[in-house]
Amino acid sequence: MSRSEQAERLGEDERVAGASVVIIGGGVTGLSTAFWLADAGVDVLVLERGVAGWEASGRNGGGCTHPQSPLFNEEQRLWPMMDQILGYPTEFQPKRIRMALSPQQFELYSRSVRNSQQQGFEVDALDAKEVRDLVPLAGDTVYAGHLYHFGGHANPHRTVQAYAWALADRGGRLRQHVAVTGFTTAGDRVTGVQTDKGIFSCDHVLIAAGPQTGRLAGLLDVAIPLRTARAEMIVTEPLPLMPIGGTDGAGLYGRQTLRGNLAYGGGPHEWVETEEMPTANRPSTPLAGNIAQRVAQLFPKAAHAKVIRSWAGIIENTPDGRPVLDQPEPWANLTVATMSGVGFGLSPATGRALMQLIMHGQCDFADLSTLRLERFAELEPDWDALQGWLPREVAAV
Amino acid sequence: MTFDPRSVAGKTLDIASRTEVLVVGAGPAGLAAAKQAIDGGATVMLVDENPVAFETMGESVPQLWGGLMGGQIRNRNAMTERMLEARPELADLFETGVDIRLGTACWGLFVNHANLNWMPGSIAGLADADGGSQLIGFDQAIVATGRRDMGLAFHGWDQPGVGGISAAATLATLYAALEGKAAVVLGTTPETLLSVIDLVKAGVTIKAIVEQGDHPFADATLVARIEALGIPILTGETVRGAGFDTNGIHGIRLRDTEIACDSILLGLGAVPVIDLLQAAGVRTIFDGSRGGFVPVLGDSGSTTLANVRAAGDCAGIWGTKSADERVSRREGRIAADAALGALGKDVGSDQEPTMATIPDAALDIGYYRKQWVRTVLETLRDDVPVCQCEDVWAREILEVHPPRYLNAAAWVEPKSLTQLLGEGPPNPDQVKRLTRAGMGHCQGRRCREQVQAMLALQENLELGAVSLAVYRSPVRPLSLQDLSPAHEDPAMAEQWDSWFGMPRQWTPYWEIEKRYTVASLARETDHVTE
Ligand SMILES: Cc1cc2nc3c(=O)[nH]c(=O)nc-3n(C[C@H](O)[C@H](O)[C@H](O)COP(=O)(O)OP(=O)(O)OC[C@H]3O[C@@H](n4cnc5c(N)ncnc54)[C@H](O)[C@@H]3O)c2cc1C
Repeated sequence: MSRSEQAERLGEDERVAGASVVIIGGGVTGLSTAFWLADAGVDVLVLERGVAGWEASGRNGGGCTHPQSPLFNEEQRLWPMMDQILGYPTEFQPKRIRMALSPQQFELYSRSVRNSQQQGFEVDALDAKEVRDLVPLAGDTVYAGHLYHFGGHANPHRTVQAYAWALADRGGRLRQHVAVTGFTTAGDRVTGVQTDKGIFSCDHVLIAAGPQTGRLAGLLDVAIPLRTARAEMIVTEPLPLMPIGGTDGAGLYGRQTLRGNLAYGGGPHEWVETEEMPTANRPSTPLAGNIAQRVAQLFPKAAHAKVIRSWAGIIENTPDGRPVLDQPEPWANLTVATMSGVGFGLSPATGRALMQLIMHGQCDFADLSTLRLERFAELEPDWDALQGWLPREVAAV
Repeated sequence: MTFDPRSVAGKTLDIASRTEVLVVGAGPAGLAAAKQAIDGGATVMLVDENPVAFETMGESVPQLWGGLMGGQIRNRNAMTERMLEARPELADLFETGVDIRLGTACWGLFVNHANLNWMPGSIAGLADADGGSQLIGFDQAIVATGRRDMGLAFHGWDQPGVGGISAAATLATLYAALEGKAAVVLGTTPETLLSVIDLVKAGVTIKAIVEQGDHPFADATLVARIEALGIPILTGETVRGAGFDTNGIHGIRLRDTEIACDSILLGLGAVPVIDLLQAAGVRTIFDGSRGGFVPVLGDSGSTTLANVRAAGDCAGIWGTKSADERVSRREGRIAADAALGALGKDVGSDQEPTMATIPDAALDIGYYRKQWVRTVLETLRDDVPVCQCEDVWAREILEVHPPRYLNAAAWVEPKSLTQLLGEGPPNPDQVKRLTRAGMGHCQGRRCREQVQAMLALQENLELGAVSLAVYRSPVRPLSLQDLSPAHEDPAMAEQWDSWFGMPRQWTPYWEIEKRYTVASLARETDHVTE
């Protein structure tokens, strides 16, 4: 059955109230964009298959330091104001300490630092003793470190909900448990979003469906090269608060929460198939042990702390690991956004940029040209195999 | 074939040893399963976390011990002796070659399935009493992790002396180390009344059994046995609080009366211990006639993971099963036979009596538990933690408050649950993430079922319509150092310095090429890390 036939069969009465802008995906990207649109007075509706933030947006490290991105300046400008802007706590905590346990690590982390310094952000190099003075849980294992006077981290769960509540406060809508299945179109316009709860009509559509962005855009013949991977994190019982919660390193990313838990991830990822309708609890694997080992190396004084949970999250990646924010041809009213593992921290800025793209067709505070799909115009068709990004099942065939 | 060096491809895990059949839990179901499996010619490992360390008990893991345990628990050798006396079959199984590990908790089962497919076979994580943890390879697992009790908050429930009745029965019968001598019991399920009988045999005085309903939940025969013991069942009553001082519990306040006692035992429902199964990815459903959330079961105790089976209380709890352990034993043997079949071994013949392994009467534990929570909810003040670990009150859960340490009350409007949910059913994980109820060191063992019931009550839903906050491995709290592998694959460390390691991910945007191709990676850039 073709899309238009399907729409016909559903009939007019199945067309449910749409919105001027319909956003697919209630992760941080979709919700932040919806917030900024509602804040600008636009009638906006977010459709989320499960509950808000159930996927990567609620399972990440909470890091807000992305100096490689054209949205970096805006990321840094907005985070310290987000609690106030949204009216709900995100648990944002400024600053970051990155610890290196070896000269090699120090050299590696120094390169990233140069990147920020070039953009006028301040970083201090710290020797081992200075690190220990600032990081009470550190010990003899530390070689050196960096203190970032910018960046920081927030609580993903709280941030997701802060966007959602702030969206509602401004008259926007979030509908959870609505799964998008397709689109209705007319000429170069997407006229409606088909779901298991009926069709939502729209003047503009944003696909911000994380790993599903590729598949959904594919239904509109827009090709977004994506492969997904699973990554894991662990969390300990609460410990006394360190002065700077955003302390990581040794190959780990993560933070000490304001409650005191150490929440860290890192290590090898697994390339997996992109499920159409994921339902599982996403079990984690014994990699928790390897992560635990590194957290204990990073914070020898916390080696006794009990690990009380671990989890896994799914991350979609473009071939170069950089986001796609674009308005692909030939559509007149379609925007796509997929974040490739850096979407949480950037979300305040991404949302604001997407709001401008949707409303004005351009962003006035950042040059988004490097995030367009056209960079993949000459991409090898078997890029995923060439990069070794195929899931084991597929690779084995 | 190219492999991403930063992925799991080619990385190995430190597997200490292997077994064909792993049995978790040495209660009646696990013991019977281990015997059947070894008789059928399989290599068998049987692990049980008892005797549980005193400190672990103090964290309400894995039972609601509630400070009911005596100091003799600290003597682990004595407790192991006790356990071997209480379960003589353990010695027999040891003789026949079962690799028995007592005082060893299984904190995770890891089985390859859709979208989790890199592990070298199925793996169990074990932690022993000395804190070491190791990974064990297995072909077939039989999970027989038993039951624990549902928590119920009231003023004073966080005091030592308030614990679960199954926990108390375990302390009395397996450890001979129960502190309380005069108890008041809340709830009249069959499991509760059976535990009362065990406790009386062990010399505990049961001062009264409190029931919020108009009549006991268990059937008349069982109630008659309790009455014959001279124990009053006070129906239409509920708990208003515990009387306590620095010496512990000295009484319980009901609606109109107070009863002196040194312990209060929660018996509003024995909960199947599904933590290990669910964390492994086994699908679970609510079944009011099986004691709550249970694994979705096929033939022979099979779960939605092909080589993982469930037997005994963790597969479902109901009156006639609780009254006769031969039902659980039979479940264990059936699961072991299926495991043997899957291993291509001869399946032994089932000589022992055939016991029905389906629930008898359709008692709806869902409604019953909700009613109990209803009778206390209205009296829960802003000083009674429902989540003891994170100190979260009932109102804070129902109004989805940010935790108090954020000091957000002054500037954040309270929300209703409905504002959070929209049209969907309440999701305890969402509530947990926002309020922190269930996020603490007891891993939600004390409040999980209560929060579920509170959400169902608030939204006027059947209990089963609300899920339980999910379990995650490690399903026992385990220190960073104990969770660390003894020998890590060097390949793991070699590639472990930062996020995914994609050459262009962290290149500053002003230096990035116009076109990305895999071939372009041949040009080395000073690629940075996150
Ligand atoms: C373990 C881990 C650690 C990370 N650490 C960090 C970090 O420290 N800093 C950082 O910035 N980033 C980090 N990330 C990445 C970050 O989490 C993601 O980039 C970000 O959350 C992406 O948000 P999103 O809204 O684009 O996508 P998602 O969070 O994936 O949201 C997409 C939503 O769309 C919904 N959806 C999908 N299909 C449909 C459909 N058909 N109909 C309706 N809804 C649909 C999904 O249910 C989902 O809720 C990490 C990720 C993981 C997994």
